[in-house]
Amino acid sequence: MDMNGVDLSGAEIVVQALIDEGVEYVFGYPGGAVLHMYDALFKQDQVKHILVRHEQAAAHAADGYARATGRCGVCLVTSGPGATNAVTGIATAYMDSIPMVCISGQVPTPVIGSDAFQEVDTVGITRPCVKHNFLVKDVRDLATTLRKAFYIAMTGRPGPVVVDIPKDVTDPNIKIPYHYPREIQMRSYQPTEKGHLGQIKRAVELMLQAKRPVLYTGGGVVLGEAAAQLTELARLTGFPLTSTLMGLGAYPMTDPQFIGMLGMHGTYEANMAMHETDVLIAIGARFDDRVTGKIEHFCPHAKIVHVDVDPSSISKNVRVDVPIVGQVASVLTDMLGLWKEQAPVGTGRPVADWWAKIEEWRRVDCLHYDRHSDKIKPQFAVETLYQVTKGDLYLTSDVGQHQMFAAQFYPFDKPRRWINSGGLGTMGFGLPAAMGVQLAFPQAQVACISGEASILMCIQEMATCQQYKLPIKVVLLNNGYMGMVRQWQEFFYESRYSNSYVDALPDFVKLAESFGHVGMRVERPADLAAAMQEAFAMKDRFVFLDVVVDPTENVYPMIAAGKGQHEMHLPPSLSDRELA
Amino acid sequence: MRHIIAVLLENEAGALSRVAGLFSARGYNIESLTVAPTDDPTLSRMTLVTNGNEEIVEQIKKQLNKLIDTVKVFDLTEGPHIEREMMMIKVRAAGENREELKRLTDIFRAKIIDVTDTSYVVELTGASKKLDAFIDAVPAGLIVEVVRSGPTGIARGDKGLTL
Repeated sequence: MDMNGVDLSGAEIVVQALIDEGVEYVFGYPGGAVLHMYDALFKQDQVKHILVRHEQAAAHAADGYARATGRCGVCLVTSGPGATNAVTGIATAYMDSIPMVCISGQVPTPVIGSDAFQEVDTVGITRPCVKHNFLVKDVRDLATTLRKAFYIAMTGRPGPVVVDIPKDVTDPNIKIPYHYPREIQMRSYQPTEKGHLGQIKRAVELMLQAKRPVLYTGGGVVLGEAAAQLTELARLTGFPLTSTLMGLGAYPMTDPQFIGMLGMHGTYEANMAMHETDVLIAIGARFDDRVTGKIEHFCPHAKIVHVDVDPSSISKNVRVDVPIVGQVASVLTDMLGLWKEQAPVGTGRPVADWWAKIEEWRRVDCLHYDRHSDKIKPQFAVETLYQVTKGDLYLTSDVGQHQMFAAQFYPFDKPRRWINSGGLGTMGFGLPAAMGVQLAFPQAQVACISGEASILMCIQEMATCQQYKLPIKVVLLNNGYMGMVRQWQEFFYESRYSNSYVDALPDFVKLAESFGHVGMRVERPADLAAAMQEAFAMKDRFVFLDVVVDPTENVYPMIAAGKGQHEMHLPPSLSDRELA
Repeated sequence: MRHIIAVLLENEAGALSRVAGLFSARGYNIESLTVAPTDDPTLSRMTLVTNGNEEIVEQIKKQLNKLIDTVKVFDLTEGPHIEREMMMIKVRAAGENREELKRLTDIFRAKIIDVTDTSYVVELTGASKKLDAFIDAVPAGLIVEVVRSGPTGIARGDKGLTL
């Protein structure tokens, strides 16, 4: 129903704006400053509210929803602690450029600045971790501000936008005619769409001359919906392709042209290829320190092309030779056109010598691990998860070793299937994010891979999963340690395991059961596949699978902080050699 | 190198703190920052002076442009421009110093805008270096208080930094 022109209160305007934006779910938690809005939510049934158990989870769930669907996630929190609790989730979305609108309640305008009950300067606190934020002091600005918030969140380089709304602005007794603008024009914000053709031409010329090219792709390909264009470019050029943690799945990981993730825990072949490449084509990737290692050693022989929608990403960490600012999909379409005009046809796989070299590196088998161990190796657990789910899975992750093992051993063939906090590295992200994914795709298989340390950071969300009957499968790689912390302490602190042992763990089976879920514990490799099959066969149940894994396993390969890309530690099971 | 960057901003609450926050969050140098509304009351013009190598200054400009409230960013130091800063300086002006300070004021084409038996307030406008020079020229121990506006600037020629 068109509500334009109808008299609405501020609270009703917020809800109607969400309806007009096509919002399916709002993840939130009520409190004093947002009660008018909650009352307006109660009186309608178009926008569904999902009650989380902690505001951090509201932001993560909205974030997970956005990552899986490409639509804008929405969360609603109250003033003061509601807003501060959400900050971790907002910062998580910011670091990974996830479109999100977070509506926060604020104390009434007359008492702002008086240290009122549950008052905090939300706009001030969130300023460094949002794409933009607003404090709406007049109900007449509310509709336009919300439209702007969605527009800013979704366009250009996406990101979270906070809209802070004082309680009096949502007063149910003050009604004004509702007008929701369809289009927004902002003189101060005009994101670039198309890339500069001259620059794209220069890039194609470099690519045509390349002897040792590498396509280095990141989360921007996923966010920019450019997986199809990227796949075509890779197929046409025959170039090897490596991806960052955030870009996994944009190009099919089971394809032989994919040479693995790069960076700190990337494959030997990907990192060596980066080290030796003469033309690097960076697409929607931001040269993060976890990728580059020591900047001085980064791609020492390469001319670098960088495609990114955000001009400030270009030459921020690494100076590039051919910068191209624009939407990845648009730039790649233009690039494909030029390549087809200029490239020799039917030459088969070009750069054959380069591929021979890469295959040689690949034979090192850098992801090798002991497959005959009587303990469950975390790598084996991830491989088993892949087999049991047949690769058809939305997998969210927490942060640590399990995240890296999942990235290394679960090959995603589609974008938006691998959902993890890459930039901020937020433990506690996985379970609430999975809630957002499962709500977006009720029929899909959704799992959260986690560790016993991470999962406890948002464990309360098992109640939310029960309330909304979300059949998520938690795959807990339980090694009794903060695994990644333990690994660094083993390598760099002479095995002084300072506070990395997670003592006094709960019985996760009983814990899951107490929330009304199914809990299972697996201790032997031989039982794992059957247990996972059983878990995933329970299509309407939340199952918590506590997998007891080898506590001492480390993530390899590894580039230590401050080392170059070519200075990797390989798994000791391969041999003790360190390739340098 | 020293850069004078002019920024046109939406005249919104919080716009200034977004710029200030950007500099502190990213660890950029900021020497001075002035801001006031323009003839168009919806726009503020900010002038900021920063130091850094070309790569850092380039990144500063990109980050300023990235702020949603930023309408335009212009590096005045890239072309011919005029820089002006205003200073009010209170000096002890008693006995023989009184005449000496008057002379100094005339030499710098400054103005005395407040007088007591023992003090002057001198107003001086010019490039920041000229203001520095005046401070250096005041005999030791006579300065009571210095207030500087921070530099503002405008490009030479007929083109304007407008919408």
